[in-house]
Amino acid sequence: MSTRVQLEFFEGPLDLLLHLIKKNEVSITDIPIAAITEQYLATLEMMQTLSLDVAGEFLVMAATLIHIKSRMLLPAGTEEGEDEEGGLDPRDELVRRLLEYQRYKDAATELEQREILTRDVFTRAAPPVEEAGPRGFREVSVFELLGALKRVIDRLPKDIVHEVTLDKITVREKMTMLLDRLRHQASMLFEELFEEAKTRMEVVVTFLAMLELVKVRAIRISQEDLTGPIRIEAAADMDEAAERVSLDDETKEKQDGA
Amino acid sequence: MEREEIKSILESLLFVADGPQSAERLAEALDGADKQIVRELLDEIQQDFESQNRGIRLVEVAGGYQLRTPKASAEAVKKFLGGRPARMGKATLETLAIVAYRQPITKAEIEAIRGVDVDGVVTTLLERNLIRAVARKDVPGRPFLYGTTAEFLQLFNLKDLSQLPTLKEMEEITLPEIPGETLALDQPDES
Repeated sequence: MSTRVQLEFFEGPLDLLLHLIKKNEVSITDIPIAAITEQYLATLEMMQTLSLDVAGEFLVMAATLIHIKSRMLLPAGTEEGEDEEGGLDPRDELVRRLLEYQRYKDAATELEQREILTRDVFTRAAPPVEEAGPRGFREVSVFELLGALKRVIDRLPKDIVHEVTLDKITVREKMTMLLDRLRHQASMLFEELFEEAKTRMEVVVTFLAMLELVKVRAIRISQEDLTGPIRIEAAADMDEAAERVSLDDETKEKQDGA
Repeated sequence: MEREEIKSILESLLFVADGPQSAERLAEALDGADKQIVRELLDEIQQDFESQNRGIRLVEVAGGYQLRTPKASAEAVKKFLGGRPARMGKATLETLAIVAYRQPITKAEIEAIRGVDVDGVVTTLLERNLIRAVARKDVPGRPFLYGTTAEFLQLFNLKDLSQLPTLKEMEEITLPEIPGETLALDQPDES
């Protein structure tokens, strides 16, 4: 997976363009393409100087701008052969995209101003106010979890003789055990989760239990940086979520998984 | 049952309810009280809270009724609950807005509008249950079409989708509307 750092202020090339248009106090429908292109490229350069990974979309837009700029230099009417929309302003398509994007940006602003649940208004069973893990933590993707799971499995002793375990642990039981642990210890490392697991089956069952708990939002999984340890913590309304689990008949008691 | 009695029980039901409740559901819970009366009483409760400037209000949201605190209490409630305020990034809001107004819509179509990759944002929105896959589009690759959820309506205090503020018109120019698919093709792959 590639990590991409975005220049904080700009969500993308269209956002950057709208910013430049506003800054220059020009009209979207009559963009001074040469000046804007120049400033756009200068911004990209600055991003690169800051060694920010400039997303491909920014470069594509740069090419589009340069293309439009060159077409603007041609006398009108010399391009009909290669262009179906011959005669139209070469900026039209870009203008249309900018206006459309602007519409949704405005719509987003309007949404943001509504009475947002857990920001402006609350319900009795107020959902957890916090939204993500502690500042600086990022959400962990399934792929990272699978990678971490593989490391746990790889660490299991390989040469265990095929022992027939009649000790059945269901996912449901594991979930309860996990919740109990988290009640005593607010958070733990991903690896700690598997400390007691001796067999591949147990590891898998534990892993499934963990996923199930994430699904019902009883726990949260986060990671400080891409290579950092994966941390598991109780969600704010863990107990409530846990209750939902025990009431939820659809959560089948799986115990296979291998 | 007396009207006042029903009203009082209604208030109790609303208090214990988990999530917005429709008038139908509430009437059912009241052993088939007349739906029309239930609606009237809900209106009354709503007005009572409002006119007395109470600390809870009855709000119509996501197709039902729900007790919520008024905005005026927000600061105190937040402080009391002690969590960090929920914050939504620009990317999240923009993407949500696009899905809300253009649903059902594919990821490629969202990307065409935003001009950037939306994989991460869409995943987050799906995880937060604010959008969901509603169908698959009948084009090559059969991509998912996304729409908003009841949670979305609850989050933004919307009764239903028709309550979304109307999109501003693209008044300045009148260019032919280009369908999403064409746009998606215009959107080159990352290089």
